[in-house]
Amino acid sequence: MNDSSKLTLYKTIINRVEEITPDVFVLSFSRTEEFSPGQMLAVALQPKDQARLYSIASGNKENDYRILFNIQHQGYLTPRLSKVNVGDELYVSKPFGSFYGTLMADCWIAAGTGIAPFISMMESGLGEQKKLIHGGRAENSFYYAELFESKLKENYIRCSSLQTGEHYYHGRITAFLKQSNELSTKRNYYICGSSEFVVDVRDILIEKGVPYTQIIAEIYF
Amino acid sequence: MEKENLFGKTLSELQEIVYELGFQKYVAKQLTDWMYKKRVASFDLMLNLSKSLRLSLQEKYELHFTNYSNVQESVDGTKKYLFPVKKYQFIEAAYIPENERATLCVSSQVGCKMGCLFCMTGKQGFQGNLSSGEILNQIFSLPEFEKLTNVVYMGMGEPFDNLDEVLKSIEILTSDYGLAWSPKRITVSTIGILPGMKKYLENTKAHLAVSMHNPFENERKMMMPIENVYHLPKILDEIRQHDFSGQRRVSFEYILFKGVNDQQRHINELARILNGIKCRINLIRFHPIPETPLESSSHETILQFQNALKRKGIVTTIRASRGEDIFAACGLLSTKEMVKKQNEEY
Ligand SMILES: Cc1cc2nc3c(=O)[nH]c(=O)nc-3n(C[C@H](O)[C@H](O)[C@H](O)COP(=O)(O)OP(=O)(O)OC[C@H]3O[C@@H](n4cnc5c(N)ncnc54)[C@H](O)[C@@H]3O)c2cc1C
Ligand code: SF4
Repeated sequence: MNDSSKLTLYKTIINRVEEITPDVFVLSFSRTEEFSPGQMLAVALQPKDQARLYSIASGNKENDYRILFNIQHQGYLTPRLSKVNVGDELYVSKPFGSFYGTLMADCWIAAGTGIAPFISMMESGLGEQKKLIHGGRAENSFYYAELFESKLKENYIRCSSLQTGEHYYHGRITAFLKQSNELSTKRNYYICGSSEFVVDVRDILIEKGVPYTQIIAEIYF
Repeated sequence: MEKENLFGKTLSELQEIVYELGFQKYVAKQLTDWMYKKRVASFDLMLNLSKSLRLSLQEKYELHFTNYSNVQESVDGTKKYLFPVKKYQFIEAAYIPENERATLCVSSQVGCKMGCLFCMTGKQGFQGNLSSGEILNQIFSLPEFEKLTNVVYMGMGEPFDNLDEVLKSIEILTSDYGLAWSPKRITVSTIGILPGMKKYLENTKAHLAVSMHNPFENERKMMMPIENVYHLPKILDEIRQHDFSGQRRVSFEYILFKGVNDQQRHINELARILNGIKCRINLIRFHPIPETPLESSSHETILQFQNALKRKGIVTTIRASRGEDIFAACGLLSTKEMVKKQNEEY
């Protein structure tokens, strides 16, 4: 059973650290627990520290957990987490949360590192029939673009206010959604990102006729 | 450089401050007497402090309360105060007199990150955490301060997303060096940030209110994204670890939405999941916010819901709608003020 009530932290070992783009890191570490794609972990560098939450960004058949994070320069954990080395200890809870992926024709909408749970869903075989709308600043903000490009093809939409080109919508996700005529009111919408982003996107979807009962949100608060 | 406001510092923080300035720690107690018992906001008036300490404090720190910038009064006596915090940022505090009681509902954050579907503050987004001093300022600067009997942390923000400052403010309200209030006069309301709630329950004796709004996880998560992170059953498990059989109380807030959470199956599920917890359910009529897909249940439905829960043995009250003419929805006034100020600038 997943126990999030105490957020008990267990020691694990870091197996890989990769800075995939400036200030954005992927951290891999050993796992022993089963999890459902979309779940998260509480993570800390010391057992007594106040843990922070991270969506699991790896497939549920891989040996390691992966998390994707960006450095918050004023923050406590991420500047430190960006300096860890392979072999270092990390303290991690069991997986928990219920932002579960499904086998249905859902639409995924993410901003920045909010893409993490969708990477896990994709890598766990839940990518069929999906549409992904990802918002970022520049080309290198579209983490795991190759994975999504190869599997989702034209159903992978990148919104960038800086980037132009055939693979991109030039502008913010909210602008894309407002002008889109193809938002099915039958689909379920999974949104992940900051609270401002989630609230804005949810408001637009509701305005476009999507029932709120078909909108499931994960807020990185 | 902007000086730090000493108001809102706990005794131990003040002891460190005076010690660092080269004075004995015991003088911190004199400072708390002036600040919290006498509500004096000027170092010059603290006559039993040595002149050198007063000068040293003045050099590095300031001490001030912030007056409200706007107030709206309802026909029923409820008042909504607007306090400026930082540039373009405002928070609301609602003063609710009722017979022998006078309750102040305080904010703990400017805006909120939790994105509950039915909440105006959630729509406003998050602008920042309040310091303990900014939380307490709502109480200390209130014209009705002397009449206050209760404080509820139910205004803007999620208190357990700003746990440290909320705990400090409660320490100052309840400690002998502060206002020496009984913790029974204080209630903190949460949507269920589990780690914060656990620490609060372990470290204070004040009451707890949980915004439940739906007993079914799958339905609750559509209105409250937090349900995807900390499940209601885990929140209830944690509550069961604490003693609510005596003076400490736990209550569950339940806004009734038409056709959403006001059916018999919700009553049955509420009774099932709350089994064994000595608690109260507060039913609340929904004050619609702009562009919401939700509507309030009718008065009759709310009454029926209450009676059905009572028949199941659950103490259930309907929260009196206070200040309806001024409230509209919590967060509305501060959002309007923020937008107005921004517009004035451009
Ligand atoms: C359900 C959930 C899932 C999440 N998943 C992810 C994920 O997959 N990837 C990811 O990158 N993040 C994720 N997050 C966010 C993550 O939990 C952390 O909040 C984030 O990484 C910042 O942690 P930190 O310790 O570096 O910052 P904190 O110390 O927690 O600071 C939080 C914020 O406050 C600001 N701040 C802190 N101190 C100051 C100060 N003195 N002055 C001004 N500002 C300050 C920081 O800039 C930062 O923005 C998730 C959050 C939730 C709730
Ligand atoms: S109901 Fe409370 S927790 Fe939810 S968005 Fe509003 S202020 Fe935040």
